[in-house]
Amino acid sequence: MSDIIKIKKEYLSKLNNDLDLNNINQIKSELFGKSGKITNQFKKMGSIPAEERKKFSSELNLIKDEIQTIIEKKIKDIEIKEINLKLQNEQVDVTLPERSFNRGRIHPVSQVIDEISSIFSEIGFSVAEGPDVENEYNNFTALNTPDNHPARDMHDTFYLDNKKEFLLRTHTSPVQIRTMQEGKPPFKIIAPGRTYRSDSDQTHAPMFHQVEGLHIDKNINMGHLKGCLNYFIKEFFEVDKIQMRFRPSHFPFTEPSAEVDIGYKLKDGKIIIGEGDNWLEILGCGMVHPNVLKNVKVDPSKYQGYAFGMGIDRLAMLKYGINDLRAFFETDYRWLNHFGFDPLDVPSNYRGLSR
Amino acid sequence: MKFTIDWLKEHLDTKLNDQMIIDKLTNIGLEVESFESQQSEFDQFIVAKIINAEKHPNADRLSLCDVDIGHGKMVKVVCGAPNAKKNLYTVYAPPGALIPSSQTKLSVSKIRGVTSYGMLCSESELKLSNESEGIIDLPSKKYTRKVGKNYFVNKSPKVVDISITPNRADCLGLKGIARDLAAAGAGKLKKKYENKIKFKGSQNIKVKITNDKNQGCTVFGSCLIKGIKNTESPKWLKDKILSLGQKPISAVVDITNYIMLDLNRPLHAYDADKIDQGIIVRNSNKGESFEALDNKKYILEDNMCVISDKSGVLGLGGIIGGTRSGTEKDTKNILLESAYFEPKSIRSTSKILNLETDAKYRFERGIDPNSINEGLIKAATLIQKICGGSISKIDVSKRKKFNNTLIKFPIDLFQKITGFKVSDKEIVKILLDLGFLIKKNKKDLNLTVPSWRPDITQPIDIVEEIVRIKGYDQIKTETPEKVRNKQTLNSQQKLFHFLQRSVASKGYYETVTWSFADTKINDMFKEDKNEVRIVNPISSDLNVLRNSIFSNLVFYLKKNLDRDLTDISLFEIGPVFSGKKPGQQEIVVAALRSGMVSRLNWIEKERKVDVFDAKRDVIQSLIEAGLDQKKFHINSKVPNYYHPGKSGAIYQDTYSNYPVAFFGEIHPNIIQNLNIKTEALIIFEIFLNKIGQFKNKLKDQKKKYEYSDFQKSERDFAFIIDKNFKVQELVKIISEIDEKLIRNVKIFDLYEGENIPENKKSVALSVTIQSLDKSLNDQDLEKINNLIISTVESKSGAKIRS
Repeated sequence: MSDIIKIKKEYLSKLNNDLDLNNINQIKSELFGKSGKITNQFKKMGSIPAEERKKFSSELNLIKDEIQTIIEKKIKDIEIKEINLKLQNEQVDVTLPERSFNRGRIHPVSQVIDEISSIFSEIGFSVAEGPDVENEYNNFTALNTPDNHPARDMHDTFYLDNKKEFLLRTHTSPVQIRTMQEGKPPFKIIAPGRTYRSDSDQTHAPMFHQVEGLHIDKNINMGHLKGCLNYFIKEFFEVDKIQMRFRPSHFPFTEPSAEVDIGYKLKDGKIIIGEGDNWLEILGCGMVHPNVLKNVKVDPSKYQGYAFGMGIDRLAMLKYGINDLRAFFETDYRWLNHFGFDPLDVPSNYRGLSR
Repeated sequence: MKFTIDWLKEHLDTKLNDQMIIDKLTNIGLEVESFESQQSEFDQFIVAKIINAEKHPNADRLSLCDVDIGHGKMVKVVCGAPNAKKNLYTVYAPPGALIPSSQTKLSVSKIRGVTSYGMLCSESELKLSNESEGIIDLPSKKYTRKVGKNYFVNKSPKVVDISITPNRADCLGLKGIARDLAAAGAGKLKKKYENKIKFKGSQNIKVKITNDKNQGCTVFGSCLIKGIKNTESPKWLKDKILSLGQKPISAVVDITNYIMLDLNRPLHAYDADKIDQGIIVRNSNKGESFEALDNKKYILEDNMCVISDKSGVLGLGGIIGGTRSGTEKDTKNILLESAYFEPKSIRSTSKILNLETDAKYRFERGIDPNSINEGLIKAATLIQKICGGSISKIDVSKRKKFNNTLIKFPIDLFQKITGFKVSDKEIVKILLDLGFLIKKNKKDLNLTVPSWRPDITQPIDIVEEIVRIKGYDQIKTETPEKVRNKQTLNSQQKLFHFLQRSVASKGYYETVTWSFADTKINDMFKEDKNEVRIVNPISSDLNVLRNSIFSNLVFYLKKNLDRDLTDISLFEIGPVFSGKKPGQQEIVVAALRSGMVSRLNWIEKERKVDVFDAKRDVIQSLIEAGLDQKKFHINSKVPNYYHPGKSGAIYQDTYSNYPVAFFGEIHPNIIQNLNIKTEALIIFEIFLNKIGQFKNKLKDQKKKYEYSDFQKSERDFAFIIDKNFKVQELVKIISEIDEKLIRNVKIFDLYEGENIPENKKSVALSVTIQSLDKSLNDQDLEKINNLIISTVESKSGAKIRS
């Protein structure tokens, strides 16, 4: 048996034992150190006759590789063992609470405004705004509600001066006037915002929210109005089936005018939209009155269209099962936490309005 | 407007059942609010069954009964009747019921030490008979299934309550409602044949309508009825009045009320003997007064339309009569008035006097000016029938002739507005049924509007009439196109939404509070802004428009803290006001955070919230909204409600005139004044309208991307500098030395105290140096190092700390 086979046999059996890192390093230097056994064999290479050298060299290299691989594996195994041992002493109780984090809330009114904007955005409406303080003309007169008209009694108005020239807008409709005064047709806007009436009881708050809609173009008729609202209500309540009823009504600034009811049923004290045979009034609408168009210098013989207005708070109450309007404005931290929305829950069309 | 179906049927021949009529009413725009019987005191008595009866522990003659009153309820009742036995069916009166015989209201009471809930009734107690020996014994067979049900059947007719929109004056009477229903195919309007009436003599009380400016009365019709005997109304009339929840008074008054409801024709009856010579319809003079039928004295202003006689004011025309000439039971001769008053005049008078009456309600909406005779004749005939007497000829004084409105209606307008077609023939029929006179002229209809429809003035009103009667369900549903030609939100609106959600994501709860505030709290945050008072506030503590959102936020913070909640973070985004004119408002985010960070935390050290929490939240929100922090300039010019030493103002850049935000601790005085119980309170506010338009949209900003792979070096410095010297300036001095090489300056320590002279502080900072073009060698670095030290020292007076 040649020397190298002997070395191989001897060390393979040595390596087969249970070794620690020191033992292995010892073996490593015995073999591959400056005068290690394998090193010495390589040194011998020059003295071997040329015809045997090739065979010797290849055998030696094979043995060297084999032993080195084993040694490396042994070292790695030991290292892993040591890490595992260390980890055993590094355990924490992960059921302890995490570090504190902050989680905010979006008010249901804001969330619903975003939902509404998202829905109307899809069919080409853009968002318009107007001031909370309005003049008497924009809030009433321009909307075909002259002084001495009984319809003014339908609105309990907050005034800011004794002449009753300045007031808090009683509805979002003056945004229609401002939009049409400032631009040229066609108009296609929604206008969400705060509105005010001096009325306060269990179901009325002195401030509430409305969203106004206005679409003026050539040939916009009541069919478009119906289609638009039908689309909106379906999208907003996120139901496939919706029962909707248009009913004649009266608003000075639209003619013909309608109120819209949706079908619902009560189940365990909760309102379920879209089923049942009870009717719930949710909005008012109609074709913009020619007098209003004339007031804003739009020619009613060329342009016509519809307008609608609905209560945002009420929509929020219906959709999210909130039964007290006053609570919207009372800043009870617990209520805000319960009915509020996560700030990252931004309503959008592509991923659905609500989670 | 309330009425019974039976009454409606006096005007309408119909085959429809009640529910069909109800649905029809709503469909044509006369919305039915309710359809139910008037509540009756007899509704309280319930069929009950005695489940168990035992002797009262303290009284031999009384028994203690367990009574099943239906709906799974059982009550204990003490009863003195000898026939109160187990399994007896009888009548139970709950606490609150009014016992017919004694007219007393039952209450829960102790009878000989045992509580009795209600009473079991005898026939005499219910006034059914004189039988008082025992309680009612109902035949068990008939009543087994009726336990819990009403014993008395409510025989009062169901009453329809419809809400009439302000334009539909004509439907404030039964006849008008019937006409609308008939036009909508619900039946046929009954033609009334005018009673043949025998007039006797002439109306010899002189009536004069003066020529006053803006005279509110245009027509005054009247007749005299002499020799009547005013009595109680007959049953049919009483029932009518009662069914609407009103009280019968006397035949004459009930008849005028009846005609008003029936024909929408208000009338007024005067005791003719109390009129001093003639009637003068004129404008009032300031200071005149009279006592009205509501027993109140009214002092009048100038130019109110009054009915008067020689002695003074008798009543306010079309609004309310006076007591001086009122009819009474012993009235012998009456003057019956049927007049027309201008809506404008009625409205302004009643508004000034704050008077609301049924007549006023109708006249202000517009009464049929041609109904004067019809009303007089129908009322006079009835009065004669019930009270006797003779009727004079009718006198009509007129100041103005009524002309019907004429409208030229282009037929194609209907389809243009509604989007569907109705045949010309059908359009004509609908309008005829509604009372229009029609001449067809090719494509137009020349229409005479009926006198009872003052609301119809132009072609669009005709469209509404036709579509209303035809049915809104006929309108097609046009599916909207999903096309967007214009952006949904403008840049300010986008900013609003960004900031709203950005602030919320820092842990703040969004709230929405009133745009009004309490002056007392508002004053704490008002600074030099104008106070905007509300003339008619809902309450005295909501009497001004808010000058700042904080007035409401701190108010509600306190409320929540008083609920024992802690560590509250709130914000609101909304308007604040600076004047009473439209547009004198701006959009502000206002936020507050109270209490502790990491309260009672096992791993983090708890601490009070502080000014740098506020600064973090506001800066991060501004960055998220798209602002560039590198350009920010911060100083400490803040409003007086901030802590003067622990607060700051943020400017978008050094050139801005107005800050975009404030942040800091709230002024301690405010915490003390409002008695806010928290360890610390920080606030910040962002002024959206002050944020300038961004020059570049994000898509343009993103295009240019520069980075360097050359080696970067960090060099640390510590400078000793005046305590008042702002770190912001120090950073700026260093950054400006070489903007290409100095990539970042980071403060990592601030030290005052031992080893540092008084009035000085030590600021330690780390400067990142990196070139875009090459790796810097030791020489380069040494050069920039020395430059930093020398520049800082010369520009700030600082000394490098050795």
